[in-house]
Amino acid sequence: MKIIVCIKQVPDTAEVKINPETGTLMREGVPGIVNPFDTFAVEEALCLKEKFGGRVTVLTMGPQQAVEALKEALAMGADEAVLLSDRAFAGSDTWATAYTLALAIRKLGAFDIILCGKQAIDGDTGQVGPGIAVQLAVPALTYVSRINRVEPDPAPGTIEVERVLDEGRETLQTGLPVLLTVVKDINMPRLATIIDIRRAVRMKIPTWTAADLAGADPEKLGLEGSPTRVITICSPPGRGGTVDMIPAERADEAASVLVEKILAEKIL
Amino acid sequence: MAIVSVNGETCIGCGACVDACPFGALVLVDDVLTVTDKCTACGACLEICPLMALSLPETVKGPAPDLSEYQGVWVWVEQFGGKAQSISWEMMGQGRRLADRRKAALTACVLGHDVGRIARQAVDYGADRVFRADHPGLAVYRTAPYAAVLVDLVRRFKPEIFLLGASLRGRDLAGSVATELYTGLTADCTGLEIDPESGLLRQTRPAFGGNILATIICPRHRPQMSTVRHRVFEMPPADPARQGQIIDVEPQLDEARIATRVLNFVREYTEVNLTEARVIVSGGRGLGGPKGFEMLRELAGVLGGTVGASRAAVDAGWIPYEHQVGQTGRTVRPDLYIACGISGAVQHLAGMNTARIIVAINKDPAAPIFGVADYGIAGDLFQIVPALTAQFRARLK
Ligand SMILES: Cc1cc2nc3c(=O)[nH]c(=O)nc-3n(C[C@H](O)[C@H](O)[C@H](O)COP(=O)(O)OP(=O)(O)OC[C@H]3O[C@@H](n4cnc5c(N)ncnc54)[C@H](O)[C@@H]3O)c2cc1C
Ligand SMILES: Nc1ncnc2c1ncn2[C@@H]1O[C@H](COP(=O)(O)O)[C@@H](O)[C@H]1O
Repeated sequence: MKIIVCIKQVPDTAEVKINPETGTLMREGVPGIVNPFDTFAVEEALCLKEKFGGRVTVLTMGPQQAVEALKEALAMGADEAVLLSDRAFAGSDTWATAYTLALAIRKLGAFDIILCGKQAIDGDTGQVGPGIAVQLAVPALTYVSRINRVEPDPAPGTIEVERVLDEGRETLQTGLPVLLTVVKDINMPRLATIIDIRRAVRMKIPTWTAADLAGADPEKLGLEGSPTRVITICSPPGRGGTVDMIPAERADEAASVLVEKILAEKIL
Repeated sequence: MAIVSVNGETCIGCGACVDACPFGALVLVDDVLTVTDKCTACGACLEICPLMALSLPETVKGPAPDLSEYQGVWVWVEQFGGKAQSISWEMMGQGRRLADRRKAALTACVLGHDVGRIARQAVDYGADRVFRADHPGLAVYRTAPYAAVLVDLVRRFKPEIFLLGASLRGRDLAGSVATELYTGLTADCTGLEIDPESGLLRQTRPAFGGNILATIICPRHRPQMSTVRHRVFEMPPADPARQGQIIDVEPQLDEARIATRVLNFVREYTEVNLTEARVIVSGGRGLGGPKGFEMLRELAGVLGGTVGASRAAVDAGWIPYEHQVGQTGRTVRPDLYIACGISGAVQHLAGMNTARIIVAINKDPAAPIFGVADYGIAGDLFQIVPALTAQFRARLK
């Protein structure tokens, strides 16, 4: 079984702090991490490989230092990794990102399952997964919380998954090849051992540029190929006002003051 | 990927942009600014620079495409189990406002089976025109046939703006449709305005776990597509006397070519529909164990609300993931959010800081949750929550 996992390196938003004077983000020294949802995708790929055999390839598009994310996935047990990095890819929005990743996946050859995270925590869009699927003309099953069954035979095979929607859980079946985006409760990502990490450090990770992607239309890459433009960025307006602290010496008094205040808001 | 370019003559090395860059891509070395390959062309630095020394490459090549044939605002009306979702009517309210600003018509797209009533409702909520695609193959949402119907309609009738609710189905569908159409899509918008000069849709959305707000446009592709979070906008009033045109479209669906089948659906609606809840009583690590949630359930019951949780409580196994509020959980916008024993980490705030009224109960008066709260009690939740439950029960009878 050939499995491809798309992972993204993102700034650890837990570490992002707002500069209280200027109201801007302070990014100094904020570490890059693998998008948390993508670690679930890597884990799921490894579980599938353990069950069915095959090969797990991890793919990321980003600046050179994104190899660190790939190394983490290799340490977890992925077989190979490819970095897509080129000035021509810079400034890609979700459309151009999906376009570029899809070209790279085509270059990797036939596949059975592509795994993505449900969303990246920096952009929070969740668009790249479905976008890749449309580019490659394969079905996309999003928000998958469980893979119930994979039947590789008869080829091309079928898959049955459970996914979480707003109202509950849906069970879906579709044909392979397929793209899945996964949510957090699908598994517990394994931790790499020191030995794994050492092995990963020694593995060669090729970098592909636009020139390596057959059929890439330069007008569809990077900033130029991106339909959307960010025009301004600002820090969100605070919630305004300050907190009304209710004295808490006696719990029932505090509670009754709070109850009156909430009732006066006329929201219940 | 250094994309932003620095005008070395103008730049004085003041460093204002260094702090402004969300990606840490700008560095000052001996007062000389360099752009590293972390740059993603987000543009955050451009306006910060007091000397306008930074610029993005001009990518608009050749004459602007003629987009004048794209007119009108469209809304996808999501239905589940034959009932329209309220998020879609919120979209209709916004769609109406934007259509009026553009002096254009508002169109609703209703896909499903036996959806005549929903089509009529769409008119009540402001549609001038409804495309109704009624087909057994559309009864239950599936990405491929839904996307195919919408893509076909867009290609034929060319809307200028297309709005979808940012429900999970809406996000799934919008991602497919926008990719197929090669147009821009801005997810999870919290603000939509028409630029008075260009007439473009200015789409505002949070990013970086709620740390920043970005405004995004889609200048050269149509339709301009956005998804919008639930409860960001008010429900518009329904007017049963409104007039509108309902047009049946015959979807060409070949079931043999649609690979995906929905086999089963298990509702988890009543307990945890956090996004729909008007009142949420949420608990964190301060609850000390699963038992604490019993107490919150009781308070939520009295208020007609539901129970939420921080990730710390979910990770501890005290309550299932479906209850998690925040960046990696649900985004909620209730009228009342009561946070009990939650410290208020930025990832938690990202999921709830647009609630109308936030109440925080935490024994640590310095907890960041008080920074977003409207009302706070710095005390022991094990005493305060039961007292609140008792008093609300008495007052709400
Ligand atoms: C990538 C990423 C994504 C994340 N996503 C999410 C997310 O979606 N949602 C989320 O919630 N978190 C998320 N987190 C985790 C987040 O950073 C915090 O760790 C988490 O929100 C803390 O939960 P908490 O407030 O319950 O626990 P704590 O921070 O431990 O706070 C417990 C609070 O309870 C108070 N307390 C204790 N006892 C009592 C008492 N008897 N009475 C009153 N108060 C008491 C304490 O004073 C303290 O303030 C994420 C983190 C990362 C890195
Ligand atoms: N630059 C990228 N490189 C590789 N995978 C990506 C990239 N951007 C997004 N993805 C994948 O798409 C998913 C959704 O990302 P997004 O649409 O940005 O929220 C992520 O969880 C990744 O699996």
